[in-house]
Amino acid sequence: MRIMLTSEPAGAGPVPALAAHGIAFSYGREPVLDGVDLAVHAGEFAALAGPNGSGKSTLLRILLGLLTPTSGRVEIFGQAPSDLRERWRVGYVPQRPRIAPDLPATVEEVVAAGRLSKQGWWRRQHAVDRAAIDHAIESVALADQRTKRLSELSGGQQQRALIAKALVAEPRLLILDEPIAGVDVESQRLFRDSLVHLVREHDTAILLVSHELGAVADDLDHVLVLKRSIVFDGPPGDLAATGVSLGVHQEDLPLWLEELR
Amino acid sequence: MIGALTLPGMPWPLPWPFDRSYMQLALVAGVIVGATAPLIGVFLVQKGMSLMGDGIGHVAVAGIGASLLMGTSPTWTALVVAIAAALLIEFLRSRGSATGDLALALVFYGGIAAGVVLASRSATNTNLQPYLFGSILTATANDVWTIVALGAGIAVAMAVAGRALFAVVLDEDSARVSGIPARALNALLAVLTAVTVVAAMRIVGVLLVAALMVLPVATSRMLARSFRGTLVLAVAVGVCSAVLGLVAARQWALAAGGAIVLVAAALFALASIVAGARRAGAQADSILSGPH
Repeated sequence: MRIMLTSEPAGAGPVPALAAHGIAFSYGREPVLDGVDLAVHAGEFAALAGPNGSGKSTLLRILLGLLTPTSGRVEIFGQAPSDLRERWRVGYVPQRPRIAPDLPATVEEVVAAGRLSKQGWWRRQHAVDRAAIDHAIESVALADQRTKRLSELSGGQQQRALIAKALVAEPRLLILDEPIAGVDVESQRLFRDSLVHLVREHDTAILLVSHELGAVADDLDHVLVLKRSIVFDGPPGDLAATGVSLGVHQEDLPLWLEELR
Repeated sequence: MIGALTLPGMPWPLPWPFDRSYMQLALVAGVIVGATAPLIGVFLVQKGMSLMGDGIGHVAVAGIGASLLMGTSPTWTALVVAIAAALLIEFLRSRGSATGDLALALVFYGGIAAGVVLASRSATNTNLQPYLFGSILTATANDVWTIVALGAGIAVAMAVAGRALFAVVLDEDSARVSGIPARALNALLAVLTAVTVVAAMRIVGVLLVAALMVLPVATSRMLARSFRGTLVLAVAVGVCSAVLGLVAARQWALAAGGAIVLVAAALFALASIVAGARRAGAQADSILSGPH
């Protein structure tokens, strides 16, 4: 089922969940991004890859509305990030090291924090919120760990808790930052299964920003390779056919790009 | 401000050392400050801003100095100055400039220096000492009512915004993406810190305020597993410190503010020993239950 938005212009295709038009950004006089265009639609599983220093992190912050581009614009469900209502429609999984390692908080508390966007940050939890929290924790197979302190879990389990935190608000667009880095094989499999389930069954749009796409390479609809601008945009199979002549050094290549060659 | 010397019905029928009205006023004020200071401190410690309370305490001295000069209420003048300084500090911090640290030092030391200079110009006999080191045993009913009002404000604010503040300390970017007003909540936390400092000023003094915001939190973080547990335990430790500190102050005629903070420090030391023993026990268990 595709979500049709009322703001959709007649005769055009569906409004993308996430779109960037001509994004440019520079730190001082150093250009980081130049003319970046991209679109991710509902029910689409996309990945954004690129060598170190390609501007991935900067683009991610711009897409999330945390950083204002020098020029160009971002649209989330057809609206500027700052104008977006129903913010729960956007889920974000940060890099795991961003979470303070000494934070005294249980898995359940961390996941419940993700529900605030849907329940209203000033409101108490209701039964529907508690049910969503239970479901999100179960969906990442952490039910036995729910009352454990986050810092007592393995890296992979912590990453799954952060994914549950993003999923608990039932987002329509999910953006993940390097979610597979340093994660064990079992967690990678669970991670892949839950993302594929979201895309196929719930028509969620996913943008995965990562170096390591091996675990999901077969499931991607769409790969974007960034090196200041988008240098490749298409299905993963086509990327292999290009011979990865992307002008990047061998050691900078994402692992999965080497596998595809 | 002249008002009633006691709260309604005082002296209440409480056992020693809280059998006298002045001790009962001190008990009410101490319990409120012992509960609210760690409540705010939990968030400050998690944000790496343990010394924020100390800094705002320095600035509050400028408010006291100004009130002595102008003849205004020390508490309310200090509150206005402390809130203004807290918002300025939060603004400097949120800009994240490399000079932020120096800017904070300027605000803090400028504040205490201004307080000393202003107080020296005042014609009244009152000096800064009760505010620097606390003077809980001379607190009047009006002082205690003020502390009750400030404490109630903090409790209401935390009941409404506590969950969202947790989401902000967990990961500010995620919170902002999900529509939680992180900047406004950071400003709220700064204001609540200022309110706590002013409420605690008469109890432990501005120089020791930060200790009540930080020590009970350090204690509870070692023992609690959840954030909620950390909050509850920190409040319990803060209240215990206030009560035991007052008992010691009455028994041995000690300065109450210092006694309260020393009890908080002793509870921290005790918790370190318990946490250490617990870790050793867990290691022994894992060795015993390990593969044979």
